[in-house]
Amino acid sequence: MAINWFKYSAPTTFYGLAGKMIPWFAFSAAILFAIGLYIGFFVAPTDAQQGEFYRIMFIHVPASILSMFLYLIMAGYAALGLIFNTRLSAMMATAIAPTGALFALISLWTGALWGKPMWGTWWLWDARLTSELILLFLYLGFIALHASIDDPRRADRAAALLAIVGSVNVPIIYFSVKWWNTLHQGSTIKFSGTTMHIAMQQAMFTMLAACWLYAIAVVLARVRSIILERERNTTWIADLPEVKQ
Amino acid sequence: MKKSTMLDLLVLVIRRDLVLAMRRRADVLATLIFFVMVVSLFPLGVGPELDMLRKMAAGVLWVAALLASMLSLGRLFSADYLDGTLEQMMLAPQSLSMLVLGKMTAHWMVSGLPLVLLAPVLGLQFDMSARALGVLIVGLLLGTPILSMVGAIGAALTLGLRGGGVLLSLLVLPLCIPVLIFGTGAVEAVSSGLSVASHLSLLGALLVLALVFTPWVTAQALRISME
Repeated sequence: MAINWFKYSAPTTFYGLAGKMIPWFAFSAAILFAIGLYIGFFVAPTDAQQGEFYRIMFIHVPASILSMFLYLIMAGYAALGLIFNTRLSAMMATAIAPTGALFALISLWTGALWGKPMWGTWWLWDARLTSELILLFLYLGFIALHASIDDPRRADRAAALLAIVGSVNVPIIYFSVKWWNTLHQGSTIKFSGTTMHIAMQQAMFTMLAACWLYAIAVVLARVRSIILERERNTTWIADLPEVKQ
Repeated sequence: MKKSTMLDLLVLVIRRDLVLAMRRRADVLATLIFFVMVVSLFPLGVGPELDMLRKMAAGVLWVAALLASMLSLGRLFSADYLDGTLEQMMLAPQSLSMLVLGKMTAHWMVSGLPLVLLAPVLGLQFDMSARALGVLIVGLLLGTPILSMVGAIGAALTLGLRGGGVLLSLLVLPLCIPVLIFGTGAVEAVSSGLSVASHLSLLGALLVLALVFTPWVTAQALRISME
């Protein structure tokens, strides 16, 4: 049996599929968040060095990981859209950007909250902090460029090119910031090579999975809105039950 | 008729843009004056202690150069875009990347090179040592072309948009951070007695990378903006 791999690359078919998938992702994200937070707050033991403050990492680490992965995924979709000229890929890239920026912001924010009690300062010009900040700037540039071009097709393509240039630049920025930092001062705090407690690992990975599921659910919901907005003049949108009523 | 080579084309575009820039000297001078003013504002803002000024000189000069180059980037393609020349250039049988490289080079000669030449004078205001000044100039020589080239991508992407100037800075400044880091790092290395070769080599590597990729990317961006 021949499978049509491209069936869901059309907004028409993907719109329905995304609608069916959202509740599953959203529901499992909610459950995993609940489990992760429970383990994180009640099961995981207090850390010997960092006291209760370390629990911030259960949201901080997943947010940082997602902010970086989402940028790569966004650039990947942008590249797909630019190369194959598929409408849906560009819509996905647009839908991912706000979620990625949100996770970058959460990561910076929770990092500051953790840094105050642990390092005694809200902000350090540490390599990882600085690159995360620049990553946030890159997200904001992508969103701003897309928003300021009226023609959606040109907006998609221009923003896609920017995302690709940005993703090429990310490693250069990361290493330049890293070397810059080591020149100025040594790394202030290193995580000593202690093995993490098993409950801590469980909480961390549950939260990571929950964040992934949340991101997927939100991106799908956003891409549905984008499809509705862009294709509002087509007949298949007019025939949708939720539009008809 | 003699067939024009790539090099002829490059020289032609550079010459044309330089002539155009010379006809509108005020624009060029405005960028330079902006650079001088921003640099001179820092001592007024942070105080006249020479020790502190010496420490921050390289950073101030580099950031000012970065901002000054942003200022003139908006003009890189906009005049040609408005009078239709850019469209003709894109229809030309010659490579668009080469044309873009010519425009980048001309932009650097008009807005980057004067800053490099002026930097030593401003550096003296900050009481920089002769050796640090030398390294600063070499760094600026290697770095400012990168600013013009990376900036050209942003200029092409924001061509003809409302509020293009601010948007352009928002897009380009994060991408220029490595240049800033290595440029100031080289001067820092002088004052701390380390070797400057590593920073300057990295700047050179970035320049080569930019030279290879940015004309092509800018050409693609222009095609997106013009279609």
